[in-house]
Amino acid sequence: MQFGIFSVSDITTDPTTGRTPTEAQRIKDIVTIAKHAEQAGLDVFALGEHHNEPFFSSSPTTTLAYIAAQTTTLQLSTATTLITTNDPVKIAEDFAMLQHLADGRVDLMLGRGNTGPVYPWFGKDIRAGIPLALENYGLLHKLWREHVVDWEGKFRTPLQSFTSTPRPLDDVPPFVWHGSIRSPQIAEQAAYYGDGFFANHIFWPASHTERMVGLYRQRFEHYGHGSADQAIVGLGGQVFMRRNSQDAVKEFRPYFDNAPVYGHGPSLEDFTRETPLTVGSPQQVIDRTLGFREYVGDYQRQLWLMDHAGLPLKTVLEQLDILGEEVVPVLRKEFASLKPAHVPDAPTHASLLAARSEKKEEVQA
Amino acid sequence: MKQRTLVVISSGLSQPSSTRLLADQLAASAVGAAARLGVTLDVQVVELRDLAHEITDNMLTGFAKPALKQAQDAVAAADALIVVTPVFSASYSGLFKSFFDVLEKDVLTDKPVMMAATAGTARHSLVLEHALRPLFAYLRAAILPTSVFAASDDWGANSVEGPLRGRIERAATELAREVERREPATVTDPFALTENFEDMIKNL
Repeated sequence: MQFGIFSVSDITTDPTTGRTPTEAQRIKDIVTIAKHAEQAGLDVFALGEHHNEPFFSSSPTTTLAYIAAQTTTLQLSTATTLITTNDPVKIAEDFAMLQHLADGRVDLMLGRGNTGPVYPWFGKDIRAGIPLALENYGLLHKLWREHVVDWEGKFRTPLQSFTSTPRPLDDVPPFVWHGSIRSPQIAEQAAYYGDGFFANHIFWPASHTERMVGLYRQRFEHYGHGSADQAIVGLGGQVFMRRNSQDAVKEFRPYFDNAPVYGHGPSLEDFTRETPLTVGSPQQVIDRTLGFREYVGDYQRQLWLMDHAGLPLKTVLEQLDILGEEVVPVLRKEFASLKPAHVPDAPTHASLLAARSEKKEEVQA
Repeated sequence: MKQRTLVVISSGLSQPSSTRLLADQLAASAVGAAARLGVTLDVQVVELRDLAHEITDNMLTGFAKPALKQAQDAVAAADALIVVTPVFSASYSGLFKSFFDVLEKDVLTDKPVMMAATAGTARHSLVLEHALRPLFAYLRAAILPTSVFAASDDWGANSVEGPLRGRIERAATELAREVERREPATVTDPFALTENFEDMIKNL
C-alpha cells in the first residue's frame, strides 16, 4: 500500500499569527515539504492544480519536475489535474515529459474542478463538466496509446495525423486515477478503463465514499478488469497529531475554525465525527485509518492533506515526521497483514512495464 | 386504506408559534380529508428552528448532518408537503428559504405542495403569490391551487369558524385528492448510475 500527502497549494493566513506567506515562500515550502515526505518514508506526493487565488499551483508539472530532480523514490502525482479545462493534448505532452525526467515516478489524478468562474477563462462551461471529462480523457487515453492519432470530438479542434511527443516512457502511459466525491459517472468512467478511482474522503461523510467506491468496484468487475476487490482505490484524508490528543485539538482548532472550505461552520468535534478528519494522537489516526478499510475494502493508496489552512512549515514537517515514524510503519504492517494475496498494489511504472512484458510473452507463447 | 406520507415544514421561531398552529390545523384537516377518500396519511412535522444550525452547516460544508439528513430524506420520500413560513421583511423567512436551498436538486419535482404563510397583518397575504409560488414553481413542485394565509385577525376569538377555516378545508381537500389519485412517491438515489459508459459517450 502507498502512503503519501497531497497539497492543494493554498496560500492561507496563519490565524494564530496573522502572517501570510508570500507566493515565493509558499512555492519553496512545497518543495521542502515534498522532499521531507520522501525522507520521512512516505511514498507519494501529489499536487493540486488551481487557476485562481489564493492558490499558486497553476502548472503542477513544472513543480513536480523540480521535485523529481531532488528526490529518488517519491512517486509524483496530482490532486487533481483538471481534465475539463486543460487541453488533453497538453496534458498528454506535459505528463509524458515529466515521466521521462522522473524516470517513471509519475501518475496523475484527474478531476473536473468545481470553481465555476475558472471554466469560462478557458473557454469552457461548468455545466458540461461531465461530458468534458469523458471526451477529453478519451482523447488523452488514445494519445498515449496510439502513435498517430486522427480524432474528432465536440469540445476541441480535430486532429489529423498527430503524434503526441515525447511518447510515454517505455511506451507505458502513466497510471491514471479518476477523482470524484459524488458523481457516479466518474466512477463508471474509471471502471470502464480499468483505471484507479480516488475518493477525496475529506470534507464528506463516509457514507458518500462507501457508495462511490462500491459502484466503482462493481463496474470494474463488470468491464472485466478483475474481481471487484481487485479494483484500484485511493482515499484522501486529513489529520493533525500530537502525542496527547488534547494538545492536538488545542493546537489545530484555530486552523480548523478559520480554514477555507469548512471554516466558520461546524465545530471541530462535529466535523471529526461526521467526516474522516482526525485530530488527536498517532494511535487515533492509526485506528481511524484502519477503519476506512471496513467500508471501502482493501485499498491501494492513502493520501493525507497536511499543509492546509495556514499551518506553518515547521508544523507541517513535524506532522510528516510523526506520520513517518509512528503512523505509516504500523499502517503498512497492519494493512499488509489484512490484504488477501490476490488484491494488487497500486500500479507503478515498474509494475505496468512488467505486466506488459508478461502479456507479450503470453501472446508469443 | 391506502397509506401515504405527509411532511409538514414549519419555520416559525417562537414556541408556540402561529406558524406551527396553522401547520397543525392544515395537517389535521388534510388527514381528515384524506381519510374520507380512503387514504391514511402518516404525518411528520419538521420544525426548521431545531435544524437551524445544521442547515447553516450544510450550506458551508455541502453535506447534511444526521437530523437534517433525516428531514431531507423524509421530504424526498413524502407523497405531499405542507410548507408554512412566517412573513419576514415582506417574504418567506431566511431559514425557510435556506432549508430549500440545501435540499437535493429535483426532489420536489412533481410533488404536491400546499403553501401557507402567517403574518401580523393581512396586508402581507400576497407573499404567497410573489414569493412562495415562484420558489416552488422553480422547484417544479405540483403546487396546490389554494394556498392559505393567516394573519393575527384570523386567530381572534370570533374566527374559529371564520373564513380561515374555510380556506384550510378547501386546501386540505385539494391535497387529499391529489395524494389519492397519485402513485406513491419514489425516491431517486443520487449515487445510482443512470446510464452506462457507452451511452454517456453517445449522448455527449
